[in-house]
Parts: sequence; C-alpha cells; structure tokens
Amino acid sequence: MSIDLKTIKHISKLARISVDEQRAEKLAGDLNSIFDFIEKLNELKTDNVEPLTSIAETSLKLRSDEVKSKNIREQIIKNSPQDNEDYFVVPKVIE
Amino acid sequence: MSDITKQSLTELVENIKNKKLSSTDVTKAFIDRSEKSGELNAYITNDFTSALDKAKKFDQKPNLDSKLPGIPMAVKDLFCTKNIKTTAGSKILNNFVPTYESTVTENIWNEGAILLGKLNCDEFAMGSSNETSFFGNVQSPIDKNLVPGGSSGGSASAVAGQLTPVTIGTDTGGSIRQPASFTGIVGLKPTYGSCSRYGIVAFASSLDQAGPMAQNVKDCALLHEVISSYDPKDSTSIDFKRNHYSKDLSNNIKGKKIGIPKEYRVDGMPKEIEDLWQKGIQCIKDCGAETIDISLPNTSYALPTYYIVAPAEASSNLARYDGVKYGFRAKGENLIDMYEKTRSEGFGAEVQRRIMIGTYVLSSGYYDAYYLKAQKVRKLIKNDFDEAYKKVDAILTPSTPSSAFKIGEKTNDPVSMYLNDIFTVPVNLAGLPGISIPAGHDSKGYPLGLQIIGKAFDEQNILNIAFAMEEKINFKNKITDWWIK
Repeated sequence: MSIDLKTIKHISKLARISVDEQRAEKLAGDLNSIFDFIEKLNELKTDNVEPLTSIAETSLKLRSDEVKSKNIREQIIKNSPQDNEDYFVVPKVIE
Repeated sequence: MSDITKQSLTELVENIKNKKLSSTDVTKAFIDRSEKSGELNAYITNDFTSALDKAKKFDQKPNLDSKLPGIPMAVKDLFCTKNIKTTAGSKILNNFVPTYESTVTENIWNEGAILLGKLNCDEFAMGSSNETSFFGNVQSPIDKNLVPGGSSGGSASAVAGQLTPVTIGTDTGGSIRQPASFTGIVGLKPTYGSCSRYGIVAFASSLDQAGPMAQNVKDCALLHEVISSYDPKDSTSIDFKRNHYSKDLSNNIKGKKIGIPKEYRVDGMPKEIEDLWQKGIQCIKDCGAETIDISLPNTSYALPTYYIVAPAEASSNLARYDGVKYGFRAKGENLIDMYEKTRSEGFGAEVQRRIMIGTYVLSSGYYDAYYLKAQKVRKLIKNDFDEAYKKVDAILTPSTPSSAFKIGEKTNDPVSMYLNDIFTVPVNLAGLPGISIPAGHDSKGYPLGLQIIGKAFDEQNILNIAFAMEEKINFKNKITDWWIK
C-alpha cells in the first residue's frame, strides 16, 4: 500500500491541519513506513474474533446530571485567546 | 543537612513524623537542588516560592497523620493543576491555566504533599525520548546527551536526579516503565481503571493510566496507595477493594509461579538484555518462586495494533484543540483557516504525524481494515494473557529491548523509535499492571530494567515480587551530578 500526496492532502483536510508541499512529502514518507509496519496485522485471521472495545468489562455507571462547578465563567473565559468578556470570539462566519 | 535529597520518600516521611526534619528543611533542599538542575531541563514550570510558603504553613500546624506529610513533589505536566499552567509539553497549551485539579494530584495534596512544579514530557505524552516536547528535550542524570526515555522523561530525570523524592507519570504504551528503566528507578503502570483519568490531558483514553515513579519499591507502593482511588468523575474508574499497598508489602514470594514468555526473546535483542533477563530469572528462583516457560503467541502484533488504536483515539481526543476556547491561536482568514493554521503551528511534528495516522485509520473506507482489525487483534492479545494467567501468578520480561540511547539518535526514524515500547505496549493493550525495576547496568554503565506484569488489580502481588527482587539485586544508581557545575 502506498499513501500518496493526494491522500495526505485529504487526511490533512479531515484533521484540520494545514500542510504545505514540503511537509506533505515528509508525512507521506513517514506514514508509508509506519503503515508498512502496521500491515503485519494482515497475517492474522480475525474473522471470528470479537473486537475489544473496552478493557473494563463492566457497563458504564449512570449519574444524575447536576451542575457541580458554578460561577466559573470568568475563569473559563480568561483562558480564551480572544474574547469580549462574555463570549469566545472567532473569525466572522457569516458573509 | 545536605543529604536530605538522597533520602527515600519513606525515610523523609518518617523523619518529618519524628520531627527530625521539618517540611521547610525538606522543601528547601529539593528546591535548592532543582534550581541547579537547569541543564537537565526537567521542569517546565516551577512553583518554588509558593511551595516554600506551603511548607512553612505546614510546619506551623503539621498534620502528621497524613501519608505524605509536608513532602514536596513535582508532577508531570500532563496533570491539570488548578491555577498552575498545564502545557502537556505543547505550544498549543502554552498559556493554559486549568480551573480544576486532576483527581490523582488532588489525592496527593490531600495527603499533605506540596507541589514543587510541573515536569517536562513529550508533547501530549507522544514519544519515547522526551525529544518531542515544545519546551526542549530533557537530559538524563545518568549521562550528558543521553535521553531519559519518554514520555515521562522529565519525571524520570527528576526522580533519578533527586529533584523530587517521588513523582507521578502517565503510561499509554510504556511512558512510565521505559523512562524508569532508562534512568535506574522504579515505575508502576497500574491496572486500567485503578487511578482516575479525570484532569489528565487525554492521549489515548482506553490505554492512559497514571502511576508512581520512585527510587525504590516501597516508595512506589506508598505513592500508589495515595493515587489509586475510585472516582465517579472518570466513567472508566473501577470500584474495587484497594490494598494498603505499602503496609501490605511483603518480600515473601515463596511458591509464586512466574511466567517467562518466549516471544519476548526478539530478533536482534542485545546479549546484555538476554543476560539481564537470565539474571532476573535466577533472582526470582533465589527468592523461592518458581519460573514456568509460557507463550504469548500474539506479542509481535501488539506494536502494530497499538499504532492504530492509540493514534485513532488521539486524533479524536485532540480535535478539541481548535484555538477557540483556550490555548494557542494562529491568525486565519476565516474560521476554517484559523483552525488549520492553529493546529499546524500549535502541534509539533510527532503529534501531527499521529493525528494524521489516526484520522486515516478512522476515515471512511479504512475503518474496518485498520481500526476494527486492530480491536480484534487487541482481543487476541488480551486472550493470550488470560490464558497465561491460568498457569502463572505474574510474568517477568525485560522492560526495554536496549538501554538508553543518545539524544538525536532515533528522531529521524519513527518506526525505530516506536520499537522501544515493544515489551511495554502489550500490557496497556490488555489493561494490566506492570512495574519496571532497575536490575543492572550495560557495558556503558547505563541502567537496565526488568518488568513484572501482573493480573488485573493484582498490584500488590507485582509490588511484592519487585520488593523481593530489589532486595536481592541491590541495584545502585550511578548518578554523578554531571549537570551541577
């Protein structure tokens, strides 16, 4: 299998990471060597194996949906790269 | 008392309880040594001034019934600490100040310990050499230009270099055990669900576990006792009866059956590692335990499985870093452009590589071929251990396929870097506890570790085996203080 530049561009779009030509080529090389290594799994027959989706064999516990942290808006907003005191600010999305 | 930092955690606790030392004495000593450790680059953030204040406050009204009375401690910068910057070794979190505390660190402070600072690590814990950190690589206290291992490299360097009495790291594929092995200290990866993941910057949620790193097994047991707790805030935390791991520690392992898995004898493994393993087998027999040859047939598939499962979970976990609510933001022409530039400039090369792998294996058309396949093989790997544990109580292997390597030696070849974790990764995939103890030196004088793998929730058993072996091996770490001029 070979991951080409077109595929790299496609994945980078899905991952929301901009990648220039030089980086794309380096990534293609790296990913191809990693996937060559991963291909080893195809040696194994797994048709009748149940996938392991969770290591803990118990089902998730339920809890009541209560607000525990109150009045921390200011602290939360303080971490934002751009705000106008009450809101997170992002580049304009409506033309 | 210039030798304070040489004391074990257990000794420090005793000396503080007996009032032979004050918390201020101890805290000052570790701050003093940490301040001279700039070349190791073990810290990302220090909190020395406030640590000293807390120590003085403790001494005015000491609670000597707690388990870590007035003990200063630095922790990996992957644990969220309230009002103290938490970076995960990444530019994208360079200015992030959590509004909450992780459960494991909360447990530590509740037992009287005092935060010294936040320790360097590979970016988002993705690395085996601490070279992927945005804050620069960490030097090993063993030798200049030697990696301390990773991802808990700052933690390993800080414990081996006596900048902190003990610490906590996180282990997703070997990130506690491998650096412990490289720096001649003890590191425990607990059973999945034993320590809460709440407030730990997430890497791969089905694999991540916090665990203790210490100078010796007893200290490791004590710290594990403090951090292991059931936590409703982590939906995968497991409610089981936890031992008093330090009080219940025993070197009597007579009659225990220890498995020796033949598949861990990998191609190209240095003779020194094989010799170390044989030495360990002899040591276990000398302790009165019995060794049994076992087979874990799917071992060689663990690493390829890990490099699908971990990046897949990481790509999903790291989707939250978008430059909107916290962290670094790059300027963009529109919202999408801002996201893409933020993530391109904010994440380092290794993190981007893993996000790309994860995105690819989860993308339409590839999910069954990669992700589902990996989950099935993961089941086979777990079955191997279940089968083995019908015959044995624990398993003994080397911790790593080699001793520590030089800085820069493996950075250009991701696959050779990944191979470092060949003996540690299966343990995470199966959710089991594993401990690395220092067991010898190679010809260069670098430490080598042995790993004891236990049944799920059987930490006490592997701690006991480690305790018995430690006594027989009598390992002495060669710390030259090369970084102090």
